[in-house]
Formats: sequence, C-alpha cells, structure tokens
Amino acid sequence: MKLTLKYFASLRESLGAGGTLDWQPAGEPTAAALRAWLRTQSDAHAQALAPGRAVRVAVDQSLADESTPLRDGAEVAFFPPVTGG
Amino acid sequence: MAARVRIHEADFDVGAELAALQAGRTDIGAVASFVGCVRGHTREDDISAMTLEHYPGMTERAIEAMIVESESRFSVQAALVIHRVGRLLPGERIVLVAVASSHRRDAFQACEFLMDYLKTHAPFWKKETTPQGERWVDARVADDAALERWGLASANAAGGQGGESGGG
Repeated sequence: MKLTLKYFASLRESLGAGGTLDWQPAGEPTAAALRAWLRTQSDAHAQALAPGRAVRVAVDQSLADESTPLRDGAEVAFFPPVTGG
Repeated sequence: MAARVRIHEADFDVGAELAALQAGRTDIGAVASFVGCVRGHTREDDISAMTLEHYPGMTERAIEAMIVESESRFSVQAALVIHRVGRLLPGERIVLVAVASSHRRDAFQACEFLMDYLKTHAPFWKKETTPQGERWVDARVADDAALERWGLASANAAGGQGGESGGG
C-alpha cells in the first residue's frame, strides 16, 4: 500500500521529513505495525521509534490511536508529544 | 472575512484583532483573550530564543475542530486563534486566543478551554536555545490535567519527561 510518511520535531531531525512509501504489511496494516516495520529500516529508526519512546501518531491529519487501520493512500505522521501554546 | 485560525511567522496586533472580532456586532457583551509569550528563562536556564515548528494542514484542522467543540459547550459568538511559528525571542507573543460571547462567563470559559485543548492536541513543537545549546521542550503532565478538568481525556505527555515548558 502507498503511504505518505511525515516526521516532525525531534523525529524529523533524526529521520528526515519523510516521503512516500510503498509498504507491504505482513499482517493488519495499523499505525503500530507501520511503526514496528519502520524500526527495522535503520538504527536511527530503531532508536527514534523504540517502543518505550513517547511517539504520537496522526492518520490523515488527525491524532490517532496506534491501533488505527491504515488505508491505501493515507498520510501517516509520527512526532513527539506536542508543546504549543 | 479573515480566517479564524491563522498560523504564521509574523507578529499580530492584539488590539486590532479584538476590535475586528466584535466589529459591527451588537450581540457581543464580552470578549475574553489570552496571549502567550516567550519567557526568557526556565527554572534552570536562560532562554535566548524559541523556535516553533508545526504540522501544516493538521494544525489548522485541529484548532478549527477545537473551536467547533467550544461552540457546542459554550455560547460562542466569535472566536479567533492566531499562533506564530518560526524563531521567536523572549518577550515576543506566541499565541492569541480570543472569544466573543454574550456574557463574560462563556467568554472566559471558552477561552480557557481552547487554550487547554491547544496545549495538548495542536501539533506544535517548541525548541529552546539555551547557553548549553538547543533542546526540545518536554510536554507537561499538568497540561493534560488541565484538559481533563473539562472532561476530556488527554495523554499527550504520557511516557515523556514531563519537564518545564515555555510559553502559555
């Protein structure tokens, strides 16, 4: 499935801004499964997206639970807890 | 009519924005506003600059949804949120939240609600420049607790460091 991947703040600094991705999920295509697959892509990914790290996910520009199923063409963003205001 | 959610680098004129919010209207009895600014120090360090990053598109959508939610909870005649991004210096304004209502209670409450919601759910990130270098600001558990007072669960800071945060 084709996805648009985005990273922000400290994750953008470690992993770049993201881009388009052709992902072939082994099981159900959830945000959690994508995060786990991304961890296998490099040491930097493994570290930045480690299970214990506070990472938030947005699917199609809405904050989402990691169990959210992804549709083909979805925009998926990973970022640290927000700190605006 | 200007958009009621605006994200940009430039400063804003609080007086002009508040005047515009009620211009030509006679149904507004109260305008409450909040202005968040860059502090020049935390408990530990002097801050020489604050750099704000956001998620273009999602930011505007998220804040617009927050305003719609505020309209369902309070009597809101008009609302405005302006948030700056980019590099800001101590003393500079970061954010303006303004709410116009028939009566003060709804204006005060909707303004505080929007600010609590924005702190925990709008995709902005702050980076502080200190004498020790640059560092990302940690999300605060206290900000989640502030939103929970309105009956909305929030776990933005969960699993993080929960340290000091600049601004509003």
